[in-house]
Amino acid sequence: MYDIKALYEASSIEDAIKLRLEYPEAQILAGGSDVLVQIREGKRAGKELISIYMIDEMRGVTLDDNGDIRIGSLTSFSHITKNEIVKKYINVLGEAVDMVGSPQIRNIGTIGGNTCNGVTSADSASTLFALDALVELTGSSGKRIIPISEFYIKAGTVDIKPDEIQTAIIIPKEKYTDYQGHYIKYAMRNALDITTTGCSVNVKLSEDKKVFEDVRIAYGVAGPIPMRAKTAEEFIKGKNVSEDTAKEFSLKVLSDINPRDSWRASKAFRQHLATELAYRALKECVKLSGGEM
Amino acid sequence: MVVGKSIKRIDAFDKVTGRTKYTDDLCDKSAYIAKVLHSTITHGKVLSIDVSEAEKIEGVIKIVTCFDVPKVYFPTAGHPWSTDESHQDVADRLLLTDVVRFYGDDIAAVVAENEVAAQQALRAIKVEYEEYPFVLDVEEAMSDSAPLIHKNYPNNILGHSSQSVGNYEEAIKEEGLIKFDNWYDTPTVQHCHIENHICYASMENGRLTVVTSTQIPHIVRRVVGQALSLDWGKIRVVKPYIGGGFGNKQDVLYEPLCAYLSTVVGGRLVKLDSSREETFVSQRVRHAIRSHIVTYTRPDGTFVARKLELFSNQGAYASHGHSIAAKGMGCFRQLYPCPNVEAECYTVFTNRPVAGAMRGYGIPQAMFAVESQIDDIAKGLNLSPLEIRKKNLMPVGYKDEFSKNVNYFDTFNQCIEKGKKYIDYDRKIEEYKNQSGNIRKGIGMAVFWYNTAVWPISLESSSSRMVLNQDGSISVQLGETEIGQGADTAFAQMAADAVGLTLDKVNVVSCQDTDVTPFGTGAYASRQTYVGGLTIKQTGEMLKMRILDYAGKLSGIDAAELDIVDNNIITVSDKKFVMDVAKLAITALYSMEDSRHITAESTYQIKSNAYSFGCCFADVEVDIRACKVKINDIINVHDCGTLINPALAEAQVHGGMSMGIGYALSEQEIFDSRTGRTLNNNLLDYKLSTFMDHPHLEAQFVENAEPTSAFGTKALGEPPACPVAPAIRNAVLNATGVAVNKIPMTPHVLFEEFSKSGLI
Repeated sequence: MYDIKALYEASSIEDAIKLRLEYPEAQILAGGSDVLVQIREGKRAGKELISIYMIDEMRGVTLDDNGDIRIGSLTSFSHITKNEIVKKYINVLGEAVDMVGSPQIRNIGTIGGNTCNGVTSADSASTLFALDALVELTGSSGKRIIPISEFYIKAGTVDIKPDEIQTAIIIPKEKYTDYQGHYIKYAMRNALDITTTGCSVNVKLSEDKKVFEDVRIAYGVAGPIPMRAKTAEEFIKGKNVSEDTAKEFSLKVLSDINPRDSWRASKAFRQHLATELAYRALKECVKLSGGEM
Repeated sequence: MVVGKSIKRIDAFDKVTGRTKYTDDLCDKSAYIAKVLHSTITHGKVLSIDVSEAEKIEGVIKIVTCFDVPKVYFPTAGHPWSTDESHQDVADRLLLTDVVRFYGDDIAAVVAENEVAAQQALRAIKVEYEEYPFVLDVEEAMSDSAPLIHKNYPNNILGHSSQSVGNYEEAIKEEGLIKFDNWYDTPTVQHCHIENHICYASMENGRLTVVTSTQIPHIVRRVVGQALSLDWGKIRVVKPYIGGGFGNKQDVLYEPLCAYLSTVVGGRLVKLDSSREETFVSQRVRHAIRSHIVTYTRPDGTFVARKLELFSNQGAYASHGHSIAAKGMGCFRQLYPCPNVEAECYTVFTNRPVAGAMRGYGIPQAMFAVESQIDDIAKGLNLSPLEIRKKNLMPVGYKDEFSKNVNYFDTFNQCIEKGKKYIDYDRKIEEYKNQSGNIRKGIGMAVFWYNTAVWPISLESSSSRMVLNQDGSISVQLGETEIGQGADTAFAQMAADAVGLTLDKVNVVSCQDTDVTPFGTGAYASRQTYVGGLTIKQTGEMLKMRILDYAGKLSGIDAAELDIVDNNIITVSDKKFVMDVAKLAITALYSMEDSRHITAESTYQIKSNAYSFGCCFADVEVDIRACKVKINDIINVHDCGTLINPALAEAQVHGGMSMGIGYALSEQEIFDSRTGRTLNNNLLDYKLSTFMDHPHLEAQFVENAEPTSAFGTKALGEPPACPVAPAIRNAVLNATGVAVNKIPMTPHVLFEEFSKSGLI
């Protein structure tokens, strides 16, 4: 039994926006795999909910005319993983969201919910950061598209205006074309776990596979929100593909990240992991790109 | 004969299809819902509780606080009662307490019409505390400056005992001895049975009925009586199917409180369903034990003198108390008999959640320490871990003077041989020498000591009743309980053989109801099949005699000349068919001349115990820089005597191995040193290993029929969890050269250990 004050069911995006304005205190509910857990814990007990779960127009993955990939916010993790467009162009995202929780959670949980929660450990988030994804928000005055790095404000807070809902995640064509990506979820067990540290890397090699043309690396749980390691990215651009480069790159991330000591893991261990995962993910990307180290 | 056959569990189809009714399924939906308010401080006193706001919430029926309940202290351990006052369990619990001894202690309870109202009421209750300093660690708790958790227990010591063999101090003077001096730590873990504890209670005609998810219905009846100052006969306890217990439900949990709450709402039906968070914090956990072992050996690996100091973290209340540490200490001098042994153990109160019984009852902790040190010694002396064990392990013919247990067979060597062969030990030991690089493989093993049942420490008796039905089938009742382990199936198999029936003619009454079920103390100490077998055999033979007596009368053949085989009454001498049991049964019940309801009931008092030994081999792969251990292969080998049902036995071992893997690598409750709160009171943050974390679990057996047992069987319930953690730990040692002396060997621990040893 859940302690819910009221549930308002939105039938369309427009309707959802209307409900948002009508019930400003209400919490948006998508798959419910986070919100309902919080209600059970008492954190959001007694709240009003606006369910957007029935808005089918927010589901599915499509390729826009300009080649951008558009993922409706209500698309479930398991649908993303199995989607042909995702598999073909951004398989790394499909793999990343396949590491969320359990099969049941991946069937009900949505990418919109995962990002709107604003938590640093969300398995989709670091990969979306590494892909330079855009977030589409729809409000009473129309659509607003912002980079995912601006969408995250601080732990638990994202940039959604009182009349808005998140409607899609967009991966621009130039951000995935010729890149290979790899995500490593480091957790304490192989299923049903929260990420201790997550690392997502995208690599674009030169045509001869000898030089790193561009590398994007993002972390979950290396700070209060997902983040990129820009120093490391700058460092590696134009460098030769080699063990030494990879090792040096992995150490450079330490100047970017800011993990903390908590009972879930010490700062020292998280820093060690961050470098190790950077090295391993980079190496895997090189392999996927047909390069050699 | 069906004993020894892998027949399907008799409850399998209903359980798999969801038809089986558990406590919550049986509770009438009209029940009031009870919820417990837990303390948000770790040590102190409740000064006041303001329920005025909570009482206004719609649907709230009654709020009871620690100031309302009777000040009657009661024990909770699921031990058989002792009529000798000095052996009785410590009575230190109240229904609700005004003195808080751990974060999560029970201080008030709400009864409401529904769960939401009950939860809202809990949030609206205001509590004022006076806080005392608290202590979580045993060493600190024993110091003179530590806060005292219970009156009458100076230095917080609940129990202290010692054992001495030979003369340790003299023996260590021998020249040329090598000394090994090590400390080993095991964590606070929880049982994580899938069904959280749940019970409901109501009153009718001045009697209380409590339906509960328990391993020990007859003990629950006694404790509810003690707690509520009611005549025990006025209480009826019913135990339906339960979703596991592993020892947590070998304690009386919320049954007394739930029963009491029913009495304060006019005997109305009240249900108390625990959450997972409450299960982790406010029920029972495994004792965290710190062991210090000193071993003096000769260079050839012969043990000359050994010393054990064992410190057991009891948490806030006595529960099963010192029995756990004492059991661990008891095995120390037996497993590796050494002419000079000194051992002492302490059980110490701290402000942690309460430790009670948990699968293995002190032995998983003891085995981690003992078996880790054996490998440390082997490494120090450059001997093979197998060689040093074989040199020092309990020999065949060893008899323990206290329990009178005898090591009848060459079990250890037989089990070790099987394990070695399966895991390809000799080849791998060679292959894994001189590794370098980030990924390293290792092989390790551990043996374990266990015994069956609790004799001679406590009462050991088992009762059964068999009733011949009209169709020639029998109904069988025992005080021993099915708790998911498959006991009912084993009982059915043994009863079929004892009477001479086929399995389909045996109906085991699974549910225990203290109003009608024969007395029995319940499921614990890996004793169900052992003690149940003895009473089943005895009662089965009584029933058979009565059937044959009637058959003799009907057939005119001397009953002594008759036997029952596969539901048929036949002559002993020429195996001639006389009549079938079904015909006899219907005749006996409806005969106008000599109508009899053929039944039998008996109690068997068991005055023996049996060793149950075995071993575990683990083959692991360590990713050093990732600080992770992957188990590539693992096997447990057990000698639990004759297998009643090999498939069930295997399943039992799988479950225990899974628990052992979690114990070795991931499971532990974590306490906030500033607040005393349990930080990971849920299945996300408490890392119970999942399906994805297990390799194939291999279970094999050596079947030496136990001479003291009716069907040759002995303990298998708990033993599988005992050797796994040290085997994995020793495999990590073999792989990396790093001796990790605490479990779980989480990545956090391995990061520290590998950094210290220069591997990272």
